[in-house]
Amino acid sequence: MLLVAVVISTLANVSLGSVNIPFKETVKVFLSQSVQNETWEYIIWNYRIPKTITALLVGGGLALSGLLMQTLFQNPLAGPFVLGVSSGASLGVALLIMGSSLISGLFMFDLANDYSLAIMASVGSFLVLMIVMLIAARVKDTMALLIIGLMFGSITAAVVSILSYFTKAENLQQYIYWSFGSLGNLDGKQIALLMLFILFGLVLSIIAIKPLNAFLLGENYAQSMGVNIKKSRYLIIIATGLLAGSITAFAGPIAFIGLAVPHLTRQVFKTSDHKILIPAVLLVGAILMVLCDTVAQLPTSVNVLPINAITSIIGAPVVIWLLVKKRKMIF
Amino acid sequence: MQSGELAAIIGVNGIGKSTLIRTLANMQASLKGQILINSKPLTAYKTAILAKEISVVLTNALVSKNLSVQEVVTLGRQPYSNWIGSLKKEDKQKVNKALDMLDLQKLAKTPCYELSDGQLQRVMIARALAQDTSIILLDEPTSHLDLYHKVQILKLLKSIAHDIQKTILFTSHEIELALQLCDKMLLLNNNENPFGKPDELVAHQAFENLFPKDTIVFDTSTGAYRIKK
Repeated sequence: MLLVAVVISTLANVSLGSVNIPFKETVKVFLSQSVQNETWEYIIWNYRIPKTITALLVGGGLALSGLLMQTLFQNPLAGPFVLGVSSGASLGVALLIMGSSLISGLFMFDLANDYSLAIMASVGSFLVLMIVMLIAARVKDTMALLIIGLMFGSITAAVVSILSYFTKAENLQQYIYWSFGSLGNLDGKQIALLMLFILFGLVLSIIAIKPLNAFLLGENYAQSMGVNIKKSRYLIIIATGLLAGSITAFAGPIAFIGLAVPHLTRQVFKTSDHKILIPAVLLVGAILMVLCDTVAQLPTSVNVLPINAITSIIGAPVVIWLLVKKRKMIF
Repeated sequence: MQSGELAAIIGVNGIGKSTLIRTLANMQASLKGQILINSKPLTAYKTAILAKEISVVLTNALVSKNLSVQEVVTLGRQPYSNWIGSLKKEDKQKVNKALDMLDLQKLAKTPCYELSDGQLQRVMIARALAQDTSIILLDEPTSHLDLYHKVQILKLLKSIAHDIQKTILFTSHEIELALQLCDKMLLLNNNENPFGKPDELVAHQAFENLFPKDTIVFDTSTGAYRIKK
């Protein structure tokens, strides 16, 4: 059923946009039949499909990273945003785009290409995760952990504002556009790279299914059931860093998908078993992201809203609704 | 301790009962001395191998109460399942047997957040049973329970120890219940820490010095503490 939903939302997403292409024609393009208008075919293959694929990857990947974090930190509020992972990625990117130009304006364009962007964002998010993890080992209190994540956000914002004060206007603009979040700026090569990162993260997550399930009872129980806590923790952190880092690098810091989708999925499937949850959050995340993107491009209008705004506007009420309805987040 | 024995660790708050249990379960390094399981040092066991020798029931609340009773008990089979945790026929049998023994079949599909404290404790014991280890360590399995359920849990532990020859060690504040139900008791008093059969310990007046004497005294004839007037 979820797969059907993915197909439908994908088709809807591809057919809707600033240029109005009938739904029927979109299906025809997919089935490689001839269509009335060749421009439509060109738009679909060169603009819309790459964008939709990006949306699917970003949604699924973010949702998965959120699930991993919620289980690892044993905290229903964990997510790439809350724990400062996106902030770490932002900081990495900010340093690259704005910082490198401060050091030497000449190297700017060489350095700030998409690959180094991805690497910096991944390294940034990975570093923050490591620091949060180290602190988490000392402070068992989950509330403290969330506050620490929040503090990372503040530090990032501070560093970014210092950098932006000194940087050139064009670099600042490049960073701000990145921070809005965007699904449409990736070419085939970048999509392939993003796919590779996500695939790698997914493989690591699948390897970690057993320890992830054991973590549901708590770390002490997990250890008593033969789980190597340290190794599993690193495995999960690396997977999360790869997923959240690469996505943030290519698509910008996208809010709420990582936090909200695992909760939605647990409610729908009524399970916490990661063997079911991992494929489920991938699909639900992908669907939700594609729907958000469909809303963001304001069908039939030439304007496109920043995707980050849409995920927040849709995501935040979902979380509030879950809290009110269930009175507590089932974890 | 021998197999098939039920033993309690008794002592005042803060004397180190839980520390001892956690050390025995290899969750923290030992402060002093050596722990032997089947005459092999505990530290020589790999985590994955130890998981087939020792199972635990802890005081920590479950992290995820969204799991069903069956899911929690099934997690006990982790040391035996493959890399992705799929169950073999034998695993399913062991899970079913554990659910039967603790009378949980009717609750199998119930999520843990709907259970009472007593039921949850039974689930955790069933999980430890499903892990199929020779030793089961429990940290205060009877706290938060009323007298009826305290006795229910302890009698269950006794029958598990005697009927299927498990070695069970638990910490408790229920001295009077432990005296009636346990094969052996370890009294932590920061001094000699006597370990033996309950009647021997009573005869050797081991209980007299367990607590400071200003509020309670031990009555040897009834085997119970009385409030000092």
